[in-house]
Amino acid sequence: MSERLPILRIGDILLVSVQFDLEDQMVLNLQEDLANEIVAKSARGVVIDISALEIVDSFVGRMLATVAAISRVLDARTVVVGMRPAVAITLVELGLSLGGVSTALDLEKGLAKLRQPTSSALR
Amino acid sequence: MTAPWTAGEDPQVHPIARSGDLVHIRQAIRTLSQECRLSLVDQTKMITAASELARNTLIYGGGGTVSSGLVSANGKRGVAAVFEDSGPGIADVEQAMTDGWTSGGGLGLGLSGARRLVDDFQLVTAPGEGTTVTIIKWVR
Amino acid sequence: MAKRDSAADLVGLLTIEGQDLAAAWVREVSGSLGGRVGTAELDRELRELYDALVDALRQGATDVHSEQMSEIRALLTELSRNRARQGFSPTETAISVFALKRVLEPVLQDGTADQIRAYLQFNGILDGLGLFAIETYTQTRDELIAAQAEQLLELSTPVVRLWDGVIAVPLVGTLDSARTQVVMEKLLQALVDTGSEQAIIDITGVPAVDTQVAQHLLKTIVAARLMGAECTVSGISPQIAQTIVALGIEFDDIVTKASLADALKLALRRSGVDLVAHEGAQR
Repeated sequence: MSERLPILRIGDILLVSVQFDLEDQMVLNLQEDLANEIVAKSARGVVIDISALEIVDSFVGRMLATVAAISRVLDARTVVVGMRPAVAITLVELGLSLGGVSTALDLEKGLAKLRQPTSSALR
Repeated sequence: MTAPWTAGEDPQVHPIARSGDLVHIRQAIRTLSQECRLSLVDQTKMITAASELARNTLIYGGGGTVSSGLVSANGKRGVAAVFEDSGPGIADVEQAMTDGWTSGGGLGLGLSGARRLVDDFQLVTAPGEGTTVTIIKWVR
Repeated sequence: MAKRDSAADLVGLLTIEGQDLAAAWVREVSGSLGGRVGTAELDRELRELYDALVDALRQGATDVHSEQMSEIRALLTELSRNRARQGFSPTETAISVFALKRVLEPVLQDGTADQIRAYLQFNGILDGLGLFAIETYTQTRDELIAAQAEQLLELSTPVVRLWDGVIAVPLVGTLDSARTQVVMEKLLQALVDTGSEQAIIDITGVPAVDTQVAQHLLKTIVAARLMGAECTVSGISPQIAQTIVALGIEFDDIVTKASLADALKLALRRSGVDLVAHEGAQR
């Protein structure tokens, strides 16, 4: 048996808040649960809050990228919010830039990002 | 290079047998890094490197142990971790150290990425003779 | 017993009846320092040292590392540290010790063979003390330099808020790896602290970058993106642009603007702020 993280729903958006260091199996469960929930709840967006995480290694990084890719296939968007500076620096040094993942500074900005029409390519 | 353990402080040994052990190892390295007063960024880098290497030990080495503790040399202090397994070893070290190369379905960032995160990195391995990886992060 | 005798000889050398050798020493040193240390202070420093020295010799100290010399070492450390902080040269510091040789020189002319032997032995001890003083001096200077370098690092990397949700780091001077890393961490932390989604790295004041520094800047920008913020680099000089291209550094994903003003304009547009110039406005 292994624990599963609760997935909350706000309108057509799914919200997961990761509050503690996850075991690998929980990471895999989360990925699976999110894929199921996106379809079951016809979600348009997913917000994953990692502001409490002091560590994101390549395993968790890969899960974030995979969830983003899965949600794209299922016509939803994923935003990862609240990554700490030290975590961001470490991930870059590790060689993970999470190319296809949208990010936001905090939950509020993440939700706002999902409300915006898709990427208004400003340059 | 064997880790220059600080005199009077024996390194703690943790088993790496199940994926659940990784959580404990990250916790142990975090405690050591804080005790040693590594900067926040350096703490994060050290814990992440340990997490990558412990997972390597589990997946590719079939499990093993990690010894971690405080080290000192030339007036510097730091945190060290030694990952040991008696798995198949690595035949082509250069290839294993290349970004993106993997034999186990991961991202292929474990070894090469971990090396970038720490100050000292040593890999001792031979086919059939297991693998030992030593990493050290020094206080700046 | 030979050892005790030589100790007695050494003490005898320094305590000649009816002569204030310490005062002569102070005069000698005072002349060499050109009055930059107050006579009273010098007098106190050297007399303390002198008394401690006689004490140590009486207890049988034979060189600077002797156990009996611990008080001397402490006093010398203090003296050398003060000299280093006050900006004296290493020579001026060491002379405080070596001047004692000259004070004792008369012994060479009308001293007994034992006294001359004691003088020579004492000379060796003084050499050791002089070197110890110089070593402490150098150590103190190194510490001062390191502290200053650190202060400079702190001073030279301000993160400023340009607008609600827009921060900037104006970089000035040569960037090395260590400083770029400090900037990187400061900038990312400021993003969180101010809740800013736009950051501008202005390098107008940077004369040159090398591969490592360029890599650090790139990493900062990627890290900021991971946190949910966007970076713009402004003020790239023609020389730096040439370096970037020549070094083959990929700047493709990075938004660059010629000036800080342009970068700010872009950052504002991205945060949904419109700038409108009023017709007929006074300029």
